[in-house]
Amino acid sequence: MSDDIPAVSRLPKPWGQRIDRTRPVRFSFEGKHYTGFTGDTLASALMANGRHLMSRSFKYHRARGPMTLAGHDVNTMVQLPEEANVLADLTPIAEGLSVMGQNYSGSLDHDRDAILGHFSRFMPVGFYYRAFFKPAGMWKYWEPFIRKKAGLGQLDVSFKPTYHDKAYLFADVAVIGSGPAGLSSALAAAEAGARVLLIEQEPELGGSLNWARFDIEGKKASETRALIERAKHHPNIRALTHAVCNAWFADNYLPVISGNRLYKVRAKTCVMAAGAFEQPVIFRNNDLPGIMLASAAQRLMRLYGVKPGKRAVILTGHNGGYLAALDMLEAGMEIAAVADMRSDDCKQAAPFRKALEAKNVRIYSGTTVFEAISGKNRDGNPHVSGVELRRILLETNSSGAARRGEVETSGNFIECDTLLMSSGYMPVWQLPCQAGGKLAYDESSARFSIDGLPDILTLAGSVNGYFSLDNVLQDGEQSGRRAAAKASGKPAGAELPATPKFEAEAPVNYPWPIFPHPKGKEFVDLDEDLQIRDIINTVRLGYRDIQLIKRFTTLGMGPLQGRQSALPAARLVAEATSRSISETGITTARPPFMPEKLALIAGRGFSPVRNSALWRHHEKAGAQWLMAGTWRRPAYYGDPAQREAHIQEEARAVRERVGLIDVSTLGGLEIRGPDAVEFLERMYTFGFAKLPVGRSRYALMTAEDGVIMDDGVCCRLGEQHFYVTATTSGVDRVWRAMTKWNAQWRLDVDIANVTSAWAAVNLAGPKSREVLARAGVNIELSGSSFPYLGVQTGIVAGIPARLMRVGFVGELGYEIHVPSRYGEALWDALMKAGAEFGIRPFGVEAQRLLRLEKGHVIVSQDTDGMTHPAEVGMEWAIGRKKPFFVGKRSISILEAQPLQRKLVGFTLPKNAPQKPLEGQLILDEAGNITGAITSVGHSVALGQTIGLAWCAPSQSKAGTTLPIRCENAPGGRLLATVVALPFYDPKNLRQEV
Amino acid sequence: MPFALLRYGLSSDPVKKPDFPPPPSLKPAYDVIIIGGGGHGVAIAYYLAKYHGLTNVAVLEKGYLGGGSTTRNTAVIRSNYMTPESVKFYIASVGLFRNLSNEFDFNIMYSERGQLTLAHSDSTVRAFRQRCEVNRHFGGRTEMLDRQQIKELVPLLNLETGHTPVLAGLWHIDGATARHDAVAWGYARGAIERGVEFHPLTEAQDFVVEKNRVTAIQTNRGTVKCGVVVQAVAGNSSILMNKLNIRAPIHTYPLQAMVTQPVKPFLTPLVSSSALHCYVQQTGRGEVLIGGGSDPYPLYQPRSSLELKEGLLMHAIEMFPFLANTKLMRQWAGITDMTPDYSPIMGLSPIDNYYLDAGWGTYGFKSTPICGKTMAELVASGGKVPALIAPFGLERFSRFKQINEMGATAASH
Repeated sequence: MSDDIPAVSRLPKPWGQRIDRTRPVRFSFEGKHYTGFTGDTLASALMANGRHLMSRSFKYHRARGPMTLAGHDVNTMVQLPEEANVLADLTPIAEGLSVMGQNYSGSLDHDRDAILGHFSRFMPVGFYYRAFFKPAGMWKYWEPFIRKKAGLGQLDVSFKPTYHDKAYLFADVAVIGSGPAGLSSALAAAEAGARVLLIEQEPELGGSLNWARFDIEGKKASETRALIERAKHHPNIRALTHAVCNAWFADNYLPVISGNRLYKVRAKTCVMAAGAFEQPVIFRNNDLPGIMLASAAQRLMRLYGVKPGKRAVILTGHNGGYLAALDMLEAGMEIAAVADMRSDDCKQAAPFRKALEAKNVRIYSGTTVFEAISGKNRDGNPHVSGVELRRILLETNSSGAARRGEVETSGNFIECDTLLMSSGYMPVWQLPCQAGGKLAYDESSARFSIDGLPDILTLAGSVNGYFSLDNVLQDGEQSGRRAAAKASGKPAGAELPATPKFEAEAPVNYPWPIFPHPKGKEFVDLDEDLQIRDIINTVRLGYRDIQLIKRFTTLGMGPLQGRQSALPAARLVAEATSRSISETGITTARPPFMPEKLALIAGRGFSPVRNSALWRHHEKAGAQWLMAGTWRRPAYYGDPAQREAHIQEEARAVRERVGLIDVSTLGGLEIRGPDAVEFLERMYTFGFAKLPVGRSRYALMTAEDGVIMDDGVCCRLGEQHFYVTATTSGVDRVWRAMTKWNAQWRLDVDIANVTSAWAAVNLAGPKSREVLARAGVNIELSGSSFPYLGVQTGIVAGIPARLMRVGFVGELGYEIHVPSRYGEALWDALMKAGAEFGIRPFGVEAQRLLRLEKGHVIVSQDTDGMTHPAEVGMEWAIGRKKPFFVGKRSISILEAQPLQRKLVGFTLPKNAPQKPLEGQLILDEAGNITGAITSVGHSVALGQTIGLAWCAPSQSKAGTTLPIRCENAPGGRLLATVVALPFYDPKNLRQEV
Repeated sequence: MPFALLRYGLSSDPVKKPDFPPPPSLKPAYDVIIIGGGGHGVAIAYYLAKYHGLTNVAVLEKGYLGGGSTTRNTAVIRSNYMTPESVKFYIASVGLFRNLSNEFDFNIMYSERGQLTLAHSDSTVRAFRQRCEVNRHFGGRTEMLDRQQIKELVPLLNLETGHTPVLAGLWHIDGATARHDAVAWGYARGAIERGVEFHPLTEAQDFVVEKNRVTAIQTNRGTVKCGVVVQAVAGNSSILMNKLNIRAPIHTYPLQAMVTQPVKPFLTPLVSSSALHCYVQQTGRGEVLIGGGSDPYPLYQPRSSLELKEGLLMHAIEMFPFLANTKLMRQWAGITDMTPDYSPIMGLSPIDNYYLDAGWGTYGFKSTPICGKTMAELVASGGKVPALIAPFGLERFSRFKQINEMGATAASH
């Protein structure tokens, strides 16, 4: 295509070990087409095409290019069509992928918001706390504008979740990181017989061995790479590449993300060999495209065969910068200068300086970059075009006046298109600190170290403070053996080698790589655009604790959570508050380590639901479902457009003929054993000792505080055998309470939750006895031999069954419980037998209405978390002669106090203007709230609206007028009248026949 | 550009006057010592100084200002509770919140986004209607929404959540959020300006009790004498009370929350689901804030767990499926002191000069202004409990006078 930008030629092999030069891949960025190779990331492919500007910064919209090339900076965040905030330096390119920049107005190259950088003095740190609220109420108008400026990428709100799964893995030793420390650790542990899981974030094993230089000759890395092959082929090692261990949770529970899968790893011991973050230098314009960490340039060349530019300046505080410079030279780049912040007489630097001077590289020691100068890249975008070097004034200079970070008043300008920097390292502290590790700063080495770890987690390599390759390998081996020994459960010691002799190391951290500039723009936190003065001024404002500084400035709160900013910020705050860096500390490292997609953690959605054995029949009969806890139950049968009519018709069938309802979801508990009676006496309020076999009794359960917990029916099937029902949503709670209490009581009783083992129906209505007889039953059904509250076992329609005469809906009725697998057969038999009597299935809604007519309370609908029996008129269900039941003491105390409220029945006049709804309030004359409606319905039998409601005890007498709060009724009130319960058949003549 | 910013830009130094002076040294005695320098502690101090002229007051904080639950909560402000006692209390709190920025001259970013709570069962619909009615009765702005109205309000919300589709919503127009840290800072700044002392890194470790009065507090910086003591140490309430043998039915659980990376605004109201135990809101910074119910077992440590995150994010994606592709940036936990009735404990204690501000569960932040104001009244009056908090006394648990808010707290916080 015409707008293709020609690729900068790549370095020859062996540079670019990650790319496959035979397989080009085309993609677009900001509408322009680019070509990279398979193996490239978006960032490497763009840089290969000379494109450095990839994003705009959060606050000032400054042009930003890759800084770490390891996914550790915000600068490479780009927008994919379906995904925001994608790290371009970690994301592989894909054919046809359309990539855009984000957080700009206009275009990435011409961002109109970049003007904000010029107004930075009007937006000092925390500026939003100081303005936008005057006059009162103004914030409402400012906030939308400010919100729009916040945020980075754009969500694709039409995105449909894709497949993600989870797997468990187990290991004796999990090794996190497969650099030299991780490899030697994994091999040592594997040799000792441990099953090792080696977890590597990059696509290949080896870590820094793949891109770093460890010696002047440049041989060590390739020599050591033999470890990679050994680890790959070791039978005790399983290696996961492209897998990031994203947190440390208690007891080495490690979430490892690889592709679309979350591995949940349990490891007996864990070796943390994740390395260290290379640290930037803080100077003016240190965020310009073209400025990057030394390691970023090395990655770019070794892994992708891309030179970062033509002419580089290297700014370093340790020998690593010289090694990077040697790599640059090897790749054919021009080195304009090496600026070494260390003094002229730094002994450790001598051999490195010599090596470079031999190659005619100019070295400026005791010197830093004071300011990077912005020029134009060949694509016209801002890019570093040179640096101003200045000599660092030493603290111990003759006048004694110099402050740390102060430089001479003039310097020299050096032209360059690339600036590599390295001020040292920060151990990858996140996971160790999640495991309880504490950071301590050693002033002499200017480094943080980590200690205080649990003994199931060991550090190895640079995270443990070793940087020379030999030391790292030794430390890895040592930690691997120790981890394997610990995992084996054998006492450590015998298998361990003698403590290795670590060689003396040159310091890697330059203590004060922070150089304030009068004009600012020395960025400490790139995520949040925080400059040196933002940190200092925050301390001056009185926010002295690092946590307060974080919260005031948002330091470290950006997408990469302070990887590059924690160390310089700690140094700055320590100095500003005259505390040590250890005292100052850094903010807490929370999971996750890398940004993780929600889908990966969520996995496949799981929304369990329970169906009774009869659900297909209900479906066929046109059931409309409602959820009762996790159960699906038919609410009513028929077209939802005529919902009310169907419910009324179902209720009418029960009152006038016969109806059938599925009550399988009701809880069923088998209580068996010599202490069964004693157990029930303690669990329920009523007495059961005298309940004869073949009879049932209402069972009310209260909690210790006297609050009604559940209710049901207790059937005595044998001397030591009871079958107790519980409410659909309450049975699990009841069963838990029973087992909990009996763990204490130790009664000889077996408690089994058999809810789903039984299918159950309630056959109710004046014709139910005839229907049951017609269906075929081997027991005598007459009222005298099978009376109300009787319990029988027998055969119904050829099916073994438990039958109970209960009266929840207030008609002659039989609850029939059969093993679940016979549920459908029972239903069919009863429907067939009932056909000539006009039988009709009824749902939960009709049942609610029918029981309401009978004034029966539904626990959890008509009761709440405070209801005790006297409030709902259930004093009769308390066995007062019993020495104990759960809640007895509380109930006695409560009964000795005046009632606070009462549940009453009410009716509305037949000509009432409207039907109130459940939840509407009951008021007193003065307009105070005294209660609320818990149940309401239109009674078929009475032809008027009836309901249950809480009210003040003074309002509870029959005949009292109850004002219901109702905004759209005249005067804001509907007037109901308290009536005695039940509404229907007060003498129970219909159910006790 | 607001004038305040212009002033900053044109001045040579943006730090004209610090918000907080360096911490003073600890005096040997104070009239009032407040243990706990979170939002509640500094709010009490602020109102003591502002309305009651009490300034010989020290706030002792074992960590840093607002570093406990104040900074870990998800900053939901609302009044749509169940009981009249709670609703009256929280409506008063909302009223104070609205004016705090101007009262402090410090923007707490009070943002009335509205809170939508979803009902997935008919029992929840009933409870919501009651909450709606109670809230309206006391002048709060709350409405019941049907599915169509929910769709119009939050078009991106998925109403077909698993097997329990959304049936209705409780739309609390007064629902709001604010910058939680700024609330604590505003109160602390105002209190310190009026003479109150704030002592960070000062831990109350034990008490000297004489004749049923706390006469001195032992701290890591020495012993300090006190006239009156208020404890306001969310997450540690029972630990401190145990030192005085005050028994309270408090069980302490971690409460976790998490945020995604910032994205451009797509969601204005605060949305929570009762059945999914999940709430989703987008912060002013663009992060998607996700949280749910407390952990299932007690712990005093604010650690994060994978299990909770797995369940919570599954539900967040059910509510907003497209969030599957956003990235989580940070998860953390606070510590919640739960009471049996999910209501706080405010008022007197069995010790004569020791007042309680405790048991704040998941609702402490939203009560900060009114709790501070009423507790200050209690202290200033020498122990006369203001009517608004009288129902929340510790004695209610032994008198069967609990204020049941279990259903109205859940995951809505």
